[in-house]
Amino acid sequence: MAILRTKLRPFGAARYVGLVGFVVLAACLGYGQTTNSCLDCHSALPDPLGVTQEKFSQDIHAQKGLTCASCHGGDPTSDDPDKAMSRKAGWKGKIDHKQIPQLCGSCHSDPAYIRQFNPSLRTDQLGQYRTSVHGKRFAAGDTKVAVCTDCHSVHDLRAPSDPRSTVNPVNVANTCARCHADANYMKGYPIPTDQFAKYTTSVHYQALAVRGDLSAPTCTTCHGNHGAAPPGVDKVQNVCSNCHAFQAQMYEKSTHKKAFDAASLPGCVVCHSNHGISHPTDAKLGTGPDAVCMQCHTPGDRCDQARAGLQSGLSQLNEAIKNADQILRVAESSGMEVSEARLGQDQARDSLTKARVTIHSFRTDLVDQDIQAGLKIAAKNLQAGKEAMSERNYRRFGLGIALIAIGMVLAGLRLYIKKIERP
Amino acid sequence: MSSLRNVSNWLDERLEWDDLIAPLRKKTVPLHRLSYWYFLGGITLFLFVIQVLTGILLLLYYRPGANEAFESVQYIMTRVRFGWLIRSIHSWSANLMIFTAFAHMFSVLFLKAYRKPRELTWVSGVILLFLVMGFGFSGYLLPWNTLAFFATKVGTEITGQVPLIGKPLMIFLRGGEEVTGATLTRFFGFHVAVLPGIATLLIFLHLLLVQRLGMSIPQKLEVQWTANPSAKQEMKFFPNFLLRELMAWYAALAVLGALAAVFPWNLGVKADPFVSAPAGIKPEWYFLFMFQTLKLIPSKVWFIDGEVLGVLAFGLVGLLWLLLPFFESDQPSRPKRWITGLAVFALVYIVGMSVYGYLAN
Repeated sequence: MAILRTKLRPFGAARYVGLVGFVVLAACLGYGQTTNSCLDCHSALPDPLGVTQEKFSQDIHAQKGLTCASCHGGDPTSDDPDKAMSRKAGWKGKIDHKQIPQLCGSCHSDPAYIRQFNPSLRTDQLGQYRTSVHGKRFAAGDTKVAVCTDCHSVHDLRAPSDPRSTVNPVNVANTCARCHADANYMKGYPIPTDQFAKYTTSVHYQALAVRGDLSAPTCTTCHGNHGAAPPGVDKVQNVCSNCHAFQAQMYEKSTHKKAFDAASLPGCVVCHSNHGISHPTDAKLGTGPDAVCMQCHTPGDRCDQARAGLQSGLSQLNEAIKNADQILRVAESSGMEVSEARLGQDQARDSLTKARVTIHSFRTDLVDQDIQAGLKIAAKNLQAGKEAMSERNYRRFGLGIALIAIGMVLAGLRLYIKKIERP
Repeated sequence: MSSLRNVSNWLDERLEWDDLIAPLRKKTVPLHRLSYWYFLGGITLFLFVIQVLTGILLLLYYRPGANEAFESVQYIMTRVRFGWLIRSIHSWSANLMIFTAFAHMFSVLFLKAYRKPRELTWVSGVILLFLVMGFGFSGYLLPWNTLAFFATKVGTEITGQVPLIGKPLMIFLRGGEEVTGATLTRFFGFHVAVLPGIATLLIFLHLLLVQRLGMSIPQKLEVQWTANPSAKQEMKFFPNFLLRELMAWYAALAVLGALAAVFPWNLGVKADPFVSAPAGIKPEWYFLFMFQTLKLIPSKVWFIDGEVLGVLAFGLVGLLWLLLPFFESDQPSRPKRWITGLAVFALVYIVGMSVYGYLAN
């Protein structure tokens, strides 16, 4: 600086102008200098090296203040590629597939570190992953199995609550299907590849993907996510009971539980299947193509008779509800006030639902209690509908009489007017 | 007959009955091809009486209050003997009364019956029409169902658009910032006490003026009859016209009974202030033309808020409508044709906008 001062001295005031200009220029250059120089180059590179600013800005890590260097190392403040990607600066280059779980786990298994970003985020993902089929095979050297980035994506990794995230409940099945529905990719693994195709026909998929009901199950709901594994034969009931608690409680006490356990049959799956669970109808109790009881039972035996009784009871209640609905609909469209009976119909429907749930106890006496309760309510509502219709007819009859009387008065008045106006 | 005469004599001795009804005996009604339009006022009056009588009966069971109103109307419709009939007749006759009041007003307008000396009859009649619409607006909320709740919300919001007095007026109508049980109690008070009181006084004034001034006759006929008094045709009000009016009332009663029996008035679903308004909510048919107009006005007209402009425009039109007779010529031979043109335009506008509003999504 002393040399500079000496050299500039002869220019007098101009040196101050020059100094000010220099400071402004330096400030501008400093302002324009990025703190993540990686993206300056990589946003211009083609895949797989290309990462645009737009893509990376969507990443939850970028939003939390992490940079490329957080995973890849190096010096992102340097504009010189050699310095930025120098091993001296800790640059790791492309992360080896085998290193990914460990790399992610270096932060995500550290509660103290994670707490500063999201105190409620779990930190056992790596531990769980190691217990999963994916993790076990990975540890055994299988590089085809999924690691963190295969499911969560990379460089545009979003929070699971983001509807665009690959692990959002609505997208999970598609994410799993990328590998599990690919017969070529899954060659060599002793599992089928039709799970996704079956799942898309299921009542669960309809609820989740079509109706947008986020409480409906997807792959990870039953298999787990980081600790993903197929539930064992004896664990299926535990999986289903997470949502279908009443059915599970009844099944637990039923004779079928003992019989299925003895025969090593996978509980709920025996009647309902697994990935392609269709909407259960009363036809499951029948003898047609959708019937399930007769797959094991013999026609005419005690259980077959019980099955027929249950199906008949459910049909009877269903029919009674339909009949009451029909008459109440007609009464309502005739302007009759039947809102109480319409509300009562919901109770009858609840009884039908309860009876269908009680089927899982496989006890005819318990199911019959629910059916009888529903039949009683439906009969009351049917009666209310009949009364409304007879009231409607009574009103119309009364109207007819009143109109005749009014007509007679009008005719009488007309005759009287004629009489008094006769010249 | 002799016993009836005895009663009549008894009353006459004490009240001078004959002197009281003497003007009715002398009163005549002009007879011409448009005489049947004279029945409309009488039918409107008959429907008002029906309103009062059925309203009193409904009061025996109706309970104003956000927690009770809907249930009490439901009770009337389902449990009270003939409650459904009384409520349905009350609702149907209210709508018919508004319709006949409009029809009566337009018949008076087209027959130019508002001319001197009947300006005050017109003014009292137009105020009565506004009151009748007020009856409709206040009564609509009383069953406290979803449609009524949101219609009142929208309606009072529009009132709030009036510059300066709008906001205080809206708070006064609602009994607070929002439509609540306090609004219901207020509307009940307006519907069963304030409006009937004012309406009854105005009806008496209106009838008194009709009695004092007699029936108007169309302008052309007036000119002809003035030139040739022997061509004048008329009938006695009592009993000839009154008996015909009675026939019209009976016919109205038959229509009311049929509507009530075949299309009982719907109860709807109880109002829930926490749910969103049903899609495509519309006011009652008699407010539809105004509602649709307000919807069609752009949100900003120059620098004025579109809705404020619409409300102000309707207020101004209402005031001018009230004062319409004062723009008319005093000479029957020189009628103001633009008033007839305006009446045609108003009728087409009201009907057109109502149909458009009904069909619009």
